[in-house]
Amino acid sequence: MSAATTAAGNPVAIQDQAQQNRSDAFAGLSFVAPAAIVLFVFLILPLLVALYFSFTNWSGTRPLDHPEAYEVVGLKNYDRWLVSGRRVDDFYRAIRNTLYYVIGVVPVQTVFALLLAVVVNQRWLTRKGFFRTAFYFPSITSSIVVSFIFLFLFSAGGPINAVLGALSPNYEPVAWTTNNDGLFHLLLESLGITEDTVGAWVETEIMDIDIWEWIAGPSVALSTIMALAIWTTTGTLMVIYLAALQGIPSSVYEAAEVDGATNWAQFRHITLPLLKPTTFFVVTLGLIGTFQVFDQIYVLQNDQTGRTTTSVAYLVYNTAFEGNSPNLAEASAIAIVLFVIIFIATILQRRFVGGDRAEE
Amino acid sequence: MASLAFTSQSHSMRSLLRRVLAVMAVGFLVGFALIQITPCVLTIANSFKCDAAVENRPMPFIPLPETVTCRDETGVFISADEQVDGFFFRPSVDGYRKILESQLPRWVFNTAFLSIAVTILRLVFDSMAGYALARLKFPGNRALFFVVLGTMMIPGVVLLIPRFLLLKQLGLLNTYQGYIIVLAADAFGILLMKQFFESIPREVEEAAMVDGANRYVIFFRIVLPMATPALTALTIFGFQGNWNNFMDALIILGGDTDLYNLPLGLTVLRGSGLDVQYDLVLAGSVITTLPMAVIFFIFQRYFVEGISYTGLKG
Repeated sequence: MSAATTAAGNPVAIQDQAQQNRSDAFAGLSFVAPAAIVLFVFLILPLLVALYFSFTNWSGTRPLDHPEAYEVVGLKNYDRWLVSGRRVDDFYRAIRNTLYYVIGVVPVQTVFALLLAVVVNQRWLTRKGFFRTAFYFPSITSSIVVSFIFLFLFSAGGPINAVLGALSPNYEPVAWTTNNDGLFHLLLESLGITEDTVGAWVETEIMDIDIWEWIAGPSVALSTIMALAIWTTTGTLMVIYLAALQGIPSSVYEAAEVDGATNWAQFRHITLPLLKPTTFFVVTLGLIGTFQVFDQIYVLQNDQTGRTTTSVAYLVYNTAFEGNSPNLAEASAIAIVLFVIIFIATILQRRFVGGDRAEE
Repeated sequence: MASLAFTSQSHSMRSLLRRVLAVMAVGFLVGFALIQITPCVLTIANSFKCDAAVENRPMPFIPLPETVTCRDETGVFISADEQVDGFFFRPSVDGYRKILESQLPRWVFNTAFLSIAVTILRLVFDSMAGYALARLKFPGNRALFFVVLGTMMIPGVVLLIPRFLLLKQLGLLNTYQGYIIVLAADAFGILLMKQFFESIPREVEEAAMVDGANRYVIFFRIVLPMATPALTALTIFGFQGNWNNFMDALIILGGDTDLYNLPLGLTVLRGSGLDVQYDLVLAGSVITTLPMAVIFFIFQRYFVEGISYTGLKG
């Protein structure tokens, strides 16, 4: 009786179903077409174009339809920047700056965001809304605006120097945005260790940069940009953590309390494991964002600090569009390398943080 | 936060400890909130000062009722002392006047126009694609889903150069259309909508289908109106992302100052090198942020919900 009324048993229904499938397929294709075309033409195709041009010697000056516009040169661009060319030191300096930036920013913003979220989530806390708004507010505006705010805060006569000057009378104003001294160098110097006293081994060059320069640490100028990134992003990440915390049922904690678990034990054995997917997401966002840092560098970079603040992303832009001899092919090669680095970093952190999500 | 107390002494020790921790925690929150708010307050205050005052006395933040102009009748700049007194300062609107005489009003229009255009297209294209991926069986559905997911991994920097080339070939470099079409759909929005549509019970559509409605009618008349929360999140992200977009504007619109958006315009107002015109830059920053701030305070709940949405999505 019931079988007769289901679609399976009814020839008319089968035909209807087939027709329905056909019209669904047509509707489906027409629905995805606009977005699929945009993504293909402006995301996927460009990636392939960048890959292709990274194997050519096209500087971008000759029009593409010119018969001798460019030729394929294989891995020459990669060799020139990564292995044995004239620009190897520029590339690895940008790599060094970017790594300091990533390693300095991502853990700090993640830990701060988590701590803030845990405190805001406490049941006894009042005015949760105020704190959430205050923390989130800086991330509504443009990275360019934030960069200008920091340019102003850290300027020679700006508020940071004014506050420090008021706190200690002997304070010499620091030129934050133009200071190339590495933080680790400054730390070593305060311990009495300088390049001259430490021994000749630090002058050994790795990838055209000597060891002493590799271990410089982020420069004062780069550190202000790192502070800026942390200042802007922590609030957003906190809101993400807070949402995840609110999704943990309170019965879990109540059960733990009955078993006599301390607050710390609850945090360590319940909260952190349950937040693992969120942490994975937050760290992935952080890695992808920081490895590509560009806007802030564009604003806060200046002639004096090129060596210690140029990021890989800025190097791509600079190589392609600025300077004396712009070269689109070489810039594409650097961009592809950055893509690979970000890809590897994301996979590595999947190992370490171990988010068990199908999606990144 | 009831705890099991085995002895009264350990109980009182623990409650004392807990209280100390709570005070420290609130101190941490308040301290962080101050760090987040103070720069914004100082930025607004200093946008109403003349250059001399900004560079020598950046800290005063309470405006006095009387205003000043930065130059006297003979064209000489006033000194910081004439403007600033303790925590008080006499505001000046010269910075604002100067940038409003620049191309800034045009940039405000450009930013609003580009953000709205991109957001509308994304609402349409992303929700259509999201619905198709969620509900419609068509050849390549599954593969397309993974391709869309994969495009989220492509860093924007890699796209800078080829997009520039592509738009140049198409004759769309330094045009509104060029900027709009490049950003007219985004993987994040498609996945957000797909996920939302999957949460709508199928029965709703099946009922409509029995009544003879086709997929287009079902989508636009029935499903889409139900998707308001997801569409709101998409609107906020699309609008905010494009209002603040610098990199794409730099590459696509960088050749024509008439087409600049506000972030790109600000970098021009800055002046060159280290000689920053702070009154202009800060006033420009305030004007750039103001519309987003108003939208944020009106739709705050949706901002937070939208962000949470992304977090849950993982």
